[in-house]
Amino acid sequence: MGLLDYFSSQRKKNNASVAKERLQIVIAHERSRRSHAFLPKLQQELLDVIRKYIPIEDDQVKLDIERDGECEVLELNITLPEESARG
Amino acid sequence: MAKIIVVTSGKGGVGKTTTSAAFATGLALRGYKTVVIDFDVGLRNLDLIMGCERRVVYDFINLINHESNLSQTLIRDKRVDNLYVLPASQTRDKDALSQEGVERVLNELKEEGFDYIICDSPAGIEHGAHMALYYADEALIVTNPEVSSVRDSDRILGLLASKSKRAVDGDEPVKEHLLVTRYDPNRVKEGAMLSTDDIVDILGIKLIGAIPESEAVLAASNSGVPVILQEKEDAGQAYTDVVSRYLGEDVPMRFLTPEKKGLFKRLLG
Repeated sequence: MGLLDYFSSQRKKNNASVAKERLQIVIAHERSRRSHAFLPKLQQELLDVIRKYIPIEDDQVKLDIERDGECEVLELNITLPEESARG
Repeated sequence: MAKIIVVTSGKGGVGKTTTSAAFATGLALRGYKTVVIDFDVGLRNLDLIMGCERRVVYDFINLINHESNLSQTLIRDKRVDNLYVLPASQTRDKDALSQEGVERVLNELKEEGFDYIICDSPAGIEHGAHMALYYADEALIVTNPEVSSVRDSDRILGLLASKSKRAVDGDEPVKEHLLVTRYDPNRVKEGAMLSTDDIVDILGIKLIGAIPESEAVLAASNSGVPVILQEKEDAGQAYTDVVSRYLGEDVPMRFLTPEKKGLFKRLLG
């Protein structure tokens, strides 16, 4: 191996570890999105149920999943309309 | 009972067809009646890699549309007993690949006594790729040690786990095997290429082998000979090992570390 080759291989070093790190992050993200593919449907069904009792708009039900260490938290936010709060 | 094995990757150009041809040939060499099916409707290429392009009369779509029967359509390999090729159509649209049609043909092949049905998937995650993996019992995930290929392989693993027949029916999941191709141990050693261990870590499936980057692969496709028949070449030997491991034999991994160069080679190279 020539001197130049030696230095260029030093420069390339650890590229693979960068690749591995980037892949682990993006794949973890994509996998969690895939496993939450049911979210839009759950949101729609919740809307339908709530509407049986309270008239609300589409954007008044918000669903989110957040990672908290080893746990996943499903956050459900329902904003009630003004009238029903008074009634 | 026939086993259906899909050779898939998501990304194009990583070696699915080379692998399908080599793996099917390897199984047939071991005495199993094997057929390899080209699912890449519109972009037929398996026939070239298998060296039977001039013997194609009917194709997979003809078979699906009842325009030909199995014995008219299957091409028997002239080098290896028990090996058959089912070519894709070149002129038809991929939508011609109906799910019922694919299922019927696979069932006919099972009744014909085939031990292994190898499905060479097209690239991408569209209809053709979906059809190739839908009926699979097992999957060879062909991956290059490169970021986009690894990511696409993970997409395919997601599809196998959610869209295959086994997933839909709630049966035992498709058994997945990782095959790393175009592997360059020298660059891995320099830290410039993902190692097989890295890829196993990321994808979380079991490694069935690594095929070294090799001129033999191009030479084999140039001449239409499955590379597994090149017994003196590293890539051919690596595929032979993969087939043995698939059949349950305990074959140590080869070609994962740089070849030790002799003094002469070191001086020249």
